[in-house]
Amino acid sequence: MSFSAPDSMPDAAGHFGRFGGRFMPEALIAPLDELEQHWRKAMADDEFVTQFDALLREYAGLPSRLYEAERFSETVGARVLLKREDLNHTGAHKIRNVLGQALLTTRMGKQRVIAETGAGQHGVATATACAYFGLDCTVYMGEVDMVRQALNVARMRMLGAQVIPVTSGSRTLKDAINEALRDWVANVDDTHYLLGTAAGAHPFPAMVRDFTRGIGDEARTQTLELLGRLPDAALACVGGGSNAIGMFAGFLPDESVRLYGFEAAGDGYETGRHAATITAGQIGVLHGARSYLLQDEDGQTLESHSISAGLDYPGVGPEHAWLAETGRATYLPITDAQAMEAMALLAKTEGIIPAIESAHALAGLPGVVAELGGAPELVVCLSGRGDKDMDTAAKWFGLVDEADLVAEVKMK
Amino acid sequence: MTSVRSTIEAAQSVGRAALIGYLPAGYPSVDASIELVQCMVKAGVDVVEVGLPYSDPVMDGPTIQAAAEVALAGGIRTTDVFRVVGASAALAPTLVMTYWNPVERYGVGRFAAALADAGGAGLITPDLIPDEAGEWIGAADRHGLDRIFLVAPSSTRRRLEMTTAASTGFVYATSVMGVTGAREQISSAAPELVRRVKEVTDLPVGVGLGVSTRQQAAEVASFADAVIVGSALVRSIANEDAVSAAAGALAALVEDLALGVRGEVER
Ligand SMILES: Cc1ncc(COP(=O)(O)O)c(C=O)c1O
Repeated sequence: MSFSAPDSMPDAAGHFGRFGGRFMPEALIAPLDELEQHWRKAMADDEFVTQFDALLREYAGLPSRLYEAERFSETVGARVLLKREDLNHTGAHKIRNVLGQALLTTRMGKQRVIAETGAGQHGVATATACAYFGLDCTVYMGEVDMVRQALNVARMRMLGAQVIPVTSGSRTLKDAINEALRDWVANVDDTHYLLGTAAGAHPFPAMVRDFTRGIGDEARTQTLELLGRLPDAALACVGGGSNAIGMFAGFLPDESVRLYGFEAAGDGYETGRHAATITAGQIGVLHGARSYLLQDEDGQTLESHSISAGLDYPGVGPEHAWLAETGRATYLPITDAQAMEAMALLAKTEGIIPAIESAHALAGLPGVVAELGGAPELVVCLSGRGDKDMDTAAKWFGLVDEADLVAEVKMK
Repeated sequence: MTSVRSTIEAAQSVGRAALIGYLPAGYPSVDASIELVQCMVKAGVDVVEVGLPYSDPVMDGPTIQAAAEVALAGGIRTTDVFRVVGASAALAPTLVMTYWNPVERYGVGRFAAALADAGGAGLITPDLIPDEAGEWIGAADRHGLDRIFLVAPSSTRRRLEMTTAASTGFVYATSVMGVTGAREQISSAAPELVRRVKEVTDLPVGVGLGVSTRQQAAEVASFADAVIVGSALVRSIANEDAVSAAAGALAALVEDLALGVRGEVER
């Protein structure tokens, strides 16, 4: 397993076509330049590449398997190959990005890491990497999210991280990012901001892509081994876009491979309660980059809605905006109900409970099969496992109605 | 109407720094903010910064964040900001301080036209660097508006040259690596930054972030051309329920700061 040098996109100023760039306070421009220099140097340095490879292999359990889901395949009329990121250490693709950035942090000689988290997945991954490297870790988390995801707060604290509740704005992920940026500008000398997705100001979108592109590079090699040819399409869910861009990066030059990203349509993108940024948002600037975002007529950011905390973000990484505009990738909305149905289907046919985020990509399969025709061969990024989502699933499917449980226990 | 630059230079010519005051439009209401902005000018502010409340103010500390939240909850629209600008511009040169997305969403050319129509003097853009500002620079030139970019202690010499070359009106020097908000001490980085800026431009230099008292205003006035005060003004009105009481508290603070920029410190 290895990963390639940075792609020619973005341009030197971080633009993907008209997207991306740096919409940041001047105070952070020099630190962003410094980060970019360190990152580019590291990527060209065999020692860094070898260290990163070893970390992924020995510590995170990579490369993840490409698993042919035969019974599940029958239900969708395609040959479905699952990229098993759910089996990685900490249970999601996110470990790739955090290990890459944490290793870079030590190279930069910084002692402190800050991060934002929505559901807590990125926070847990960051706290994990910081524990591994002995770095001081502070995670900003919206107050609303801390209540919703108390177990992940406990995990982060167990790993030695400090979790700071964010009480401003909508008290969710976007406000946690704001608060992390405020911390960063004040403490940038000794602090790295370990952003959790392929969004934000340059170089974050390109850097996060390059740390996660092992997903796609591995999947490409594994598909060739398994099928003797490339897949017809690669599918992934899109929150900020890190697992999707990691998957897509491996197949971008292969024009025969269609790329599909699935956004969270919540109650349905036409209801206004959704997180389908590319499908139903407009072009604008948020958190340092130009991309699509959910905003009102005056450019105020709107709150997003999704049953999946990891997709519940009103923005999306700029490279996805560019891939959508150029038509290289197709982005489609998946509702809460569709995702939950796909989650249950994979559990019952394969004995794999996916993260609700990943279930959005699974739910996109029937549409892709209909579009491509025949019985296509499809690679799907199973970005994470569903343990963290059992509370949500139990409520959605009524798995543990308390009154019923009490009655059952009494019967015995 | 006198320009921002000539106003600052006029203050300099009588041996003092200019006082630039920031208040957010729509706080606590649009009408009240009009009254407060006008009150601030009458009490001694030379140049006004009207803040355009935004949902994600990453450069602002808790005081201005909270004010923006109140303004947004009150339903403020971008067009209301132009109304506040109009009322203020009748009395003093008036700039809008805004994060970039509301301008982009309104339409850069359309925003510039509306701002100029309202009598506004230009924009201060805390999250727009000249590297990304091509469209705005063109629109500002077409409408005769000032474009005030920020410089920071971390700015390299090359960036100071580039940023000041793209600026008109004055150069906004953020005195600390951090967000807006009152601080107990003026950062030691501020005089050094002003010195570095002066090496590369003839534009006046205003220093902001953290000034809240007359003493601090006097200290900054000793090395900068303009003293910018924001959070302290917002805090002075935040404690008052009635607009008249808020105006009284605001006027008292501005009068004190105005003595400070004249080098008159308390003993
Ligand atoms: C399992 C899983 N998949 C996907 C995502 C969405 O993030 P991204 O779009 O950056 O891959 C998350 C975010 O928390 C996640 O936990």
